[in-house]
Amino acid sequence: MMNTQELIATHGPREAMDYDVVVVGAGPAGLATAIRLKQLAPDASVVVLEKGSEPGAHILSGAVMDPRAMDELFPDWKNRGAPLDQAVTGDDVLFLSETGSTRTPDWLVPRNLHNDGCYVVSLSNVVKWMAQQAEALGVEIFPGFAAAEVLFDVQGCVAGVATGNMGITKEGEPGENFQLGMELRGKYTVFAEGARGHLGKQLLARYKLTEGRDTQTFAIGIKELWEVPAEKAQPGRVVHTAGWPMAGDTFGGGFLYHLADNQVTLGFVIGLDYANPYLSPFEEMQRWKTHPAIRAHIEGGKRIGYGARAINNGTPQALPKTVFPGGALIGCDAGYLNAARIKGSHAAIKSGMLCAEAMAPALAAGRAQDELTAYPEAFEKSWLNAELQQTRNFKLWFKKGKTVGQVMTGVEQWLLPKLGVTSPPWTLHNHKADHEALQPASGFQPIAYPKPDGRLSFDRLASVFVSNTNHEENQPAHLTLNDATVPVRINLAQFGGPESRYCPAGVYEFVQNADGGDRLQINAQNCVHCKTCDIKDPTQNIVWVTPEGGGGPNYAGM
Amino acid sequence: MKILVAVKRVVDYNVKVRVKADGTGVDIANVKMSMNPFDEIAVEEAVRLKEKGVASEIVAVSCGVAQCQETLRTAMAIGADRGILVETGEELQPLAVAKLLKALVEQEKPALVILGKQAIDDDCNQTGQMLAALLGRPQGTFASKVEVEDGRVRVTREVDGGLETVSLATPAVVTTDLRLNEPRYVTLPNIMKAKKKPLAVLKPADLGVDVAPRLETLSVREPSGRKAGVKVADVAALVDKLKNEAKVV
Repeated sequence: MMNTQELIATHGPREAMDYDVVVVGAGPAGLATAIRLKQLAPDASVVVLEKGSEPGAHILSGAVMDPRAMDELFPDWKNRGAPLDQAVTGDDVLFLSETGSTRTPDWLVPRNLHNDGCYVVSLSNVVKWMAQQAEALGVEIFPGFAAAEVLFDVQGCVAGVATGNMGITKEGEPGENFQLGMELRGKYTVFAEGARGHLGKQLLARYKLTEGRDTQTFAIGIKELWEVPAEKAQPGRVVHTAGWPMAGDTFGGGFLYHLADNQVTLGFVIGLDYANPYLSPFEEMQRWKTHPAIRAHIEGGKRIGYGARAINNGTPQALPKTVFPGGALIGCDAGYLNAARIKGSHAAIKSGMLCAEAMAPALAAGRAQDELTAYPEAFEKSWLNAELQQTRNFKLWFKKGKTVGQVMTGVEQWLLPKLGVTSPPWTLHNHKADHEALQPASGFQPIAYPKPDGRLSFDRLASVFVSNTNHEENQPAHLTLNDATVPVRINLAQFGGPESRYCPAGVYEFVQNADGGDRLQINAQNCVHCKTCDIKDPTQNIVWVTPEGGGGPNYAGM
Repeated sequence: MKILVAVKRVVDYNVKVRVKADGTGVDIANVKMSMNPFDEIAVEEAVRLKEKGVASEIVAVSCGVAQCQETLRTAMAIGADRGILVETGEELQPLAVAKLLKALVEQEKPALVILGKQAIDDDCNQTGQMLAALLGRPQGTFASKVEVEDGRVRVTREVDGGLETVSLATPAVVTTDLRLNEPRYVTLPNIMKAKKKPLAVLKPADLGVDVAPRLETLSVREPSGRKAGVKVADVAALVDKLKNEAKVV
């Protein structure tokens, strides 16, 4: 297998292009930063790389969107045809038991779960629209090209990124159509890869950006899109559930939103700090749909989309330092999501704008490759920081148990605001990573999940099928192992092979060799790029890297 | 020689298409669109002919909505020199496209027209043949090899029993099969160069072509799902089912 240095030596040098700003990832954060920069500095050259086949192809979110940041980015977004056209018409917060449900009276619902003024959207569609707006402003967007490598200058500052090589065969050798990657150099490089970005992760380590901060934790969100019979459509209805099927102290909840055009989007989010290796987020989501309170919304309908994504748990205590020489982290690559409000797109857009507002004067002053300290300073003073501070303990209270979580969320989000206290006077901290929370299988019983019925619940492969996922077959697996013996020796032996359960796409399969021994088979082609394996693997042996650009899911309307 | 290549914008091959609830067609709202893979092979073949010094200019043509410009830019990123879009929001059936292409062939006078053998959306496999007929020129369909020698085009065709080789006088029409070539990756510098290549936009009326559909779609339905199998207790039960339920013995 040839590494990139050898490929450059034999096929190079790589072509290079210079820009003022290079953005990695055409999601809400990356596009917002590109748009804002062009609004402030029309002459700046901005390029956005996107590993998906088109903007929006890898975007998956609930989503209920708070338009606050969009109002700031495009005050006339309505006239520009932004696909925020289904206002929230009602909120239900349900506590589920195995067969029943209790609706929380509106006056008792904490304010973070009120969604009046927000919109039920397909974030994938919003991103497609943002990409059009960005291109109209002169931003160059290149979908189908993955940023695979961070470039550093001799001083150790970030100087851009290189796109992945194309046409490397399974064996790791250049194939017939081999194309060497290309260097995109920027005065500033902004990383907007989403939660657990694979370059962002390298930057956090290289520049020690998490020093003195809480440990970032994540959840996995699994989502489906349904077309329901017209009589079941309740456009704008927003439902959140707690309780069943989550048992004990596992953090998780469901969401179900009615879009326009008889579409319902629904999904389940589970904290990746769960302990039981037998837990299968995918199967929890499937059985959650069979609850009477959920099936009532979708029965008789048809599932038309599926996907999954890891998300930050969003405590400002765990936000890393977001700037380093030559660049910045924005959106979920930094971790601005507000878990208590179950919303991140407004935070992504806002953080992208704040970063652009720091870059514009820096570029005008002829600066390059330095630290954009004005960006974190502006964040400190922003409404986004105030919003995140209000709910900073939300997820952490739940780590202390469901009852404590519910009571303290009530105190912080319901009682204190009534007393005029918007930000709680105490702060909780977490220093345990999700993978450390997994416990050996010996302490648990396997969970018997119901078989899919093919109408409301499905298996993994049928699900991946409707995510429109594909990868060029003849390429090295992009799920890499630091040590190939670990999956069987540790993961299977001690933890019962948890990757076969937490992966929502059936990438990891333990199979028996002819000699009766076990082996981990990696079906990399199924990968929906959710990054859960990179987060939850107990010894952090699995490392997610970008496959060939254009691969992965092709989400439509997700 | 000049080559004209026709490219169609279709639902991407990775997308699992879904029939609209009212049965009038396939839902393409928010769905990823890209160049018909057979047309990509056609563009690649033309570019290879140009790289061999056989072709002098490659003109890519697309017919359809304004977004087909993106498809043409892709063709130009692979190596086509310029693009022509015949823009219309009307439904275009193969006969209408063949007529539009005929009008363009008469304007551009290419020695070779290369098209995909069929589009992966409607699977018609008609446009190339109709174009050859309308032009009254030779055709080489399902090509797995294309060679130009002495002003003639030798086309190896994939037919049921094996391979057939035909020699066509130019101008000729060739449609591409899957094994003709493997299209190259488009590179970032070529995408940027493609943005600066000329792209002309015409209307069907400019070519004097009436594109009104001649065929009417009555309904579009999904194939019925496969029924689950059953286990039978013994051979007698199996024979009984084959006789009385499946009625095959």
